[in-house]
Amino acid sequence: MSLTNIFNVAGSAMSAQSQRLNTVASNIANADSAAGPDGQVYRAKQVVFQTVPMGSNEASGVAVQQVVEDNSPPKMVYDPSHPLADAKGYVAMPNVNVVEEMVNMISASRSYQTNVDTMNAAKTMLLKTLTIGQ
Amino acid sequence: MSGKLDDYLRVNETAINLRAQRQQLLASNIANADTPNYKARDIDFNSALKSALDRSSPAANALSKTDPAHLDASASSSAATDGSTILYRTPTQPSADGNTVDMDIERNQFADNAVRYEAGLTLITGQIKDMLAVIQG
Repeated sequence: MSLTNIFNVAGSAMSAQSQRLNTVASNIANADSAAGPDGQVYRAKQVVFQTVPMGSNEASGVAVQQVVEDNSPPKMVYDPSHPLADAKGYVAMPNVNVVEEMVNMISASRSYQTNVDTMNAAKTMLLKTLTIGQ
Repeated sequence: MSGKLDDYLRVNETAINLRAQRQQLLASNIANADTPNYKARDIDFNSALKSALDRSSPAANALSKTDPAHLDASASSSAATDGSTILYRTPTQPSADGNTVDMDIERNQFADNAVRYEAGLTLITGQIKDMLAVIQG
């Protein structure tokens, strides 16, 4: 049944997009975290999407292949009174670009909504199919 | 008689199956709008319907029977697309990550296909009602 497979496809995309939204939330929340649980400065995280086959030849869903950390150098902020300041008075702050994260957030939330629409359309079509001959 | 009923409904049944499969393809395109290097896919509905009808019509698949115990060869019309009919879209605005999904096209085609699917359902319901009227008088 091809139409029920749309639920799997749209569902996988919604799950992947919500995971992307999760990393964005984590990045924005930690935009000023000078130290993480391991004592190191927080690094921005990004999800990597991958296409996965879903049962038939026609359907392909989405999965998060991995979560990568941004390896660009941390922002160095001059603040000698900070307890984590180095000998020269600089503190390493996270390499989170808040503007980029906001763009990512809007893109993820729009994609999520589109997939909700897809799922609703498939549901309407399935229900209509059940009324054949009535 | 059942063969005639099948013939009567075959075109619409195949068309609806094909629409459902196309809807699945379009849903995959929309789902993979943010996947790097994903190539948007679609089918040419006219030619796909034509080849599906050719494949499911009994004449094209007739096998000669040399023994009365042989079963009739019948092609199923459920496998409307055989993979070779799936085409890739030509991007109008290529993106840097190799993804060729154009959300405007996909949403447009998705809504269009859904309406045509429901039209197919309405048509087949009408055909069934006609046939019932004939049977019941």
